[in-house]
Amino acid sequence: MTLTFRPARLAAAALIASTALTGAAWAETTITAVMHSGLRVLDPVITTAHITRNHAYMIYDVLLAQDSNFQPQPQMADWTVSDDKLTYTFTLRDGLVFHDGAPVTAADAVASLNRWGQKDAAGQVIFDRTASLEATDDKTITWTLTEPFPPMLDVLSKQSALPPFIMPARVAETSADEAITDYTGSGPFRFVEAEFQPGLSVTYEKFDDYVPRDEPADWMAGGKVVNVDRVVWSAIPDIQTAVNALSGGEIDYIEQMQVDLIPLLEGDPNVVVEVREPTGMMTMVRPNFLHPPFDNQEVRQAALKAVSQEPVLAAMIGNPEYYTICGAILGCGTPLGSEAGTETLTGGGGADAAREQLTAAGYDGTPVVIMQPTDMVALVNQPVVVAQALRDAGFTVELQPMDWQTLVTRRASQAAPSEGGWNMFITNWMVPEISNPIGNPMLNGRGDDAWFGWPTDETAEALKEEYIDATTPEEQKAVAERIQAHGIDNVLLIPLGQYTLPQARRSNLEGMLNSPVPVFWNVSKPES
Amino acid sequence: MIGYILRRVLAVIPVLLIVAVFVFLLLRLTPGDPAAIIAGDQATPAQLERIREAMGLNDPIPVQFATWVGQLARGDLGTSLISNQPVSNLIAARIGPTISIALLTILMSVALAVPMGVLAAWRHGKWVDYLVMTFSVLGFSIPVFVIGYLFILLFSIELGWFPVQGFTPISAGLGPFLHKAFLPALTLTTIYVALIARMTRANMLEVLGEDYIRTARAKGAPERQVLFRHALRNAAVPILTVIGTGFALLIGGVVVTESVFNIPGIGRLTVDAVLARDYPVIQAMILLTAGIYVLVNLLIDLSYTLFDPRIRY
Amino acid sequence: MTDATLPPPAGPGLLRRFFRGLGWAPRIALVVLSVIVAVTLLSPWIAPHDPLEMNPLQRLQGPSAEHPLGTDNFGRDLFSRVLIGGRISLLIGIGAAVVSLLIGLFIGMIAGFFRLADAIIMRLMDALMAIPAILLAIALVALNGPSIGSVIAAITIPEIPRVVRLVRAVVLSAREEPYVEAAIALGSRMPKVLVRHLVPNTLAPLIVQGTYILASAILTEAILSFLGAGVSTETPTWGNIMAEGRMFFRLKPELILWPGLVLSLCILSVNLLGDAARDMLDPKLKKRAG
Repeated sequence: MTLTFRPARLAAAALIASTALTGAAWAETTITAVMHSGLRVLDPVITTAHITRNHAYMIYDVLLAQDSNFQPQPQMADWTVSDDKLTYTFTLRDGLVFHDGAPVTAADAVASLNRWGQKDAAGQVIFDRTASLEATDDKTITWTLTEPFPPMLDVLSKQSALPPFIMPARVAETSADEAITDYTGSGPFRFVEAEFQPGLSVTYEKFDDYVPRDEPADWMAGGKVVNVDRVVWSAIPDIQTAVNALSGGEIDYIEQMQVDLIPLLEGDPNVVVEVREPTGMMTMVRPNFLHPPFDNQEVRQAALKAVSQEPVLAAMIGNPEYYTICGAILGCGTPLGSEAGTETLTGGGGADAAREQLTAAGYDGTPVVIMQPTDMVALVNQPVVVAQALRDAGFTVELQPMDWQTLVTRRASQAAPSEGGWNMFITNWMVPEISNPIGNPMLNGRGDDAWFGWPTDETAEALKEEYIDATTPEEQKAVAERIQAHGIDNVLLIPLGQYTLPQARRSNLEGMLNSPVPVFWNVSKPES
Repeated sequence: MIGYILRRVLAVIPVLLIVAVFVFLLLRLTPGDPAAIIAGDQATPAQLERIREAMGLNDPIPVQFATWVGQLARGDLGTSLISNQPVSNLIAARIGPTISIALLTILMSVALAVPMGVLAAWRHGKWVDYLVMTFSVLGFSIPVFVIGYLFILLFSIELGWFPVQGFTPISAGLGPFLHKAFLPALTLTTIYVALIARMTRANMLEVLGEDYIRTARAKGAPERQVLFRHALRNAAVPILTVIGTGFALLIGGVVVTESVFNIPGIGRLTVDAVLARDYPVIQAMILLTAGIYVLVNLLIDLSYTLFDPRIRY
Repeated sequence: MTDATLPPPAGPGLLRRFFRGLGWAPRIALVVLSVIVAVTLLSPWIAPHDPLEMNPLQRLQGPSAEHPLGTDNFGRDLFSRVLIGGRISLLIGIGAAVVSLLIGLFIGMIAGFFRLADAIIMRLMDALMAIPAILLAIALVALNGPSIGSVIAAITIPEIPRVVRLVRAVVLSAREEPYVEAAIALGSRMPKVLVRHLVPNTLAPLIVQGTYILASAILTEAILSFLGAGVSTETPTWGNIMAEGRMFFRLKPELILWPGLVLSLCILSVNLLGDAARDMLDPKLKKRAG
């Protein structure tokens, strides 16, 4: 970076700064980012929404974090494990302070972990096996288990669904069912409450007293060095407007580009379109096991055969560079992924075979109610293509458009489809959220306690137990293959393939991390 | 006059009360569960139930209504279910952009539409009339988002005159405000011009047929004076009325332009709230817009006296 | 509020005088509208493809012999969709106009004749008018689900107060007319008076109002689709074709421009005809023209 004085440039920059950020001095560097959705809920324990989780990574810190090899690394704390694998001792590093100036103590961490453990599914498993969790002194947290729990550190360092963020004890004492109202964290950025406009814009300021670790940043781990003064997340509802604004230099970053619009940015030297996180997302159909016709396994199998992934992905994403045809329940490109049993899905569909099986199953023309959320760009197209594929195979299909709120309410209804229930909807998950059989919500076979669709599937539950008991990666892989075979045979879901939505940014942003959560430390925006 | 104003203001109360009851019932009958939006995809039914309980959504509807009216009586608009922020703060932060763009729109529309309507009436049945009317009706015939996209493409992307999105408050200076507010206001103006020009023309036509206009003409008054001093003044009342009734239409347009131009206004606040079933925000917003609507129409009724000395309250 | 501008009743022979009295612009409008209506009515026989037949691997293609206007983002034939979409759009427009006129006529008559009901009805109508129409429509669609019927209802309900006011004003002024008073004095029963004298008198202004409602309903449907509260993509309308195509506005503007062009021509024609009818029905204007 050379520092040459260019009056015209500076004047222009000052002008831009004065119009873009009223009241801010021109010398400040601000990154204006358009995230995948507007931030409304500020409590990262009460919701699993990714935007709230991402917000929390800005203003809170975590005890442990994963590096790019999925390994837990110290972030706020180092740890030791006793030889019997029952006692974990975490020691907070020096210099940690909250945004109000108070030091971070072990008591704050314990209170935060307790609140988190009431909500996070994996956290509940740990607390079920917890003998005691206490602050032994200001810096030391001692966690004693009743039985060994090998994934302990993986759970504490994970970034989905709920990472254990550390809040002041007074905040963490809020009931886990009520949203917090005090947004003091100890993370690298400070939440500017006065400028928060829910669903619209949220402003973060660099927290000057944050002491980053010495290690270089790596995925979610390492030193969180902040090189900009402010980060503003601005929600632009119309993606086309966001793209226009990025070309015009009015914003710096778009977290999720609509692939169809990438050509608008090609050839612009000031803009870079890139894949931040290559594992991406998986889109899938979830059938309802409680009601005809999908209470019949053979009909579900016919539905699976009827669908072909490529048209769905093409309608949803467009450019094949950004999607992958993939039949693996646990995701492709993951350690456990296997595509067995999904040849029709990945190979162009099998309408004829589906039709035969449907007739054999004695399908009587019961209409299949597919819910389509019209206000969710990422979910609006797949149901249309799936509906057509099912019709082509002989199903009677009723595609019912509705807004997302109606969908989330209706999918919780176990009533018959004709009485306010449903037969099918589409859902998208981040691949890391479904790559592990224990965490994959589709593989929960506990009837009413399962995810929407409510399969009662003892085989799936037994296979998951086997997976937990598997000790070597080879054994795990072997169980995972049987889980794949069973999941497809019972049609717990119909995988529709994987995709990545690339990010787009101004080319003067330097040092953006390829982390699974978009983060704004390490990045700088030099005044060129 | 004061008695009339008082009576009119009092008459607003039953109207707003009906609006309140109607909106409240409509919202509670609409399927949706704000707790599900808050909790996200992985929440269990038990967790949802606890959040619902904490938010008071499990109370009987009459109890919820009484709670809300009680809050209103104390001047409290409630708290957003989703973001946990006071509704009054949310509205205060977002009403400025909407109002300032609406006012700019009305200003631009009147400046354009009234001369257009007068011209059309003056040249009634001639090609100027058809041209003006077709042009103004055209604005009324294209969906407002298409007009917005066309303007962005032309004025921002091709010509580079205006930014493609965003808003700067008027407090930052008139120049920066206009720079960002002009395109959205122009977009809305296309609808509004049609409405006002059409009404101006119709009323001018009516007035131009009156005897006193013939008298004025016969006395040799210059045509411009006849049109603007005598005729327009008399045609002003219905034109004002249409500005008032058009306010509701403007709100509809604002909802769309705010999303096309990314303006942090109350239109988007309300649509987002409807889609998220954020009841307190929707209720407050609808009461507020209904209140503004009634108020604007009251002001317009009062301003009639300025234009038509025959009207006395 | 619009009382001052109401056109007084017109007599019989309306249609014939209407056609004869049209200027050249409304005549063109009439021709354009007739063509659009005829083509959309015949669309099932004209459309080269099933508007739902999709091939996502052939999406967003340019015009070709196979697809005269190209394909949309599901690889469906745009030409066929615009043709078939016109039917639903016109159905929504006409449906909303007819339903709001009928309901408005009914409520307006009651308000005009019965003083007691008048106060209550007009307060209700004031309240309904004070709620921004588009927000009310979104809420109504969310309540009923986005079917054609509920979209028509959502567009209709906010229009009703305007019709009620119009009808009530005509009734109020008409009941002072000597011939109505005479009819009542002669012993005619109320409903008979209504039908015999008042319905024909309100008809002309209602037809004009109906054209405006028709035009605005087609537009409102498009805006509802834009806001994600329109009818299903499996029921193509001009509005939802445009709303779905909006993301591709810079890349493939045809997706918006073709349906937009037909929609705008249609609404423009309806509006111009409405204006012409309005001018013609206004005796004050005739006085000046004659």
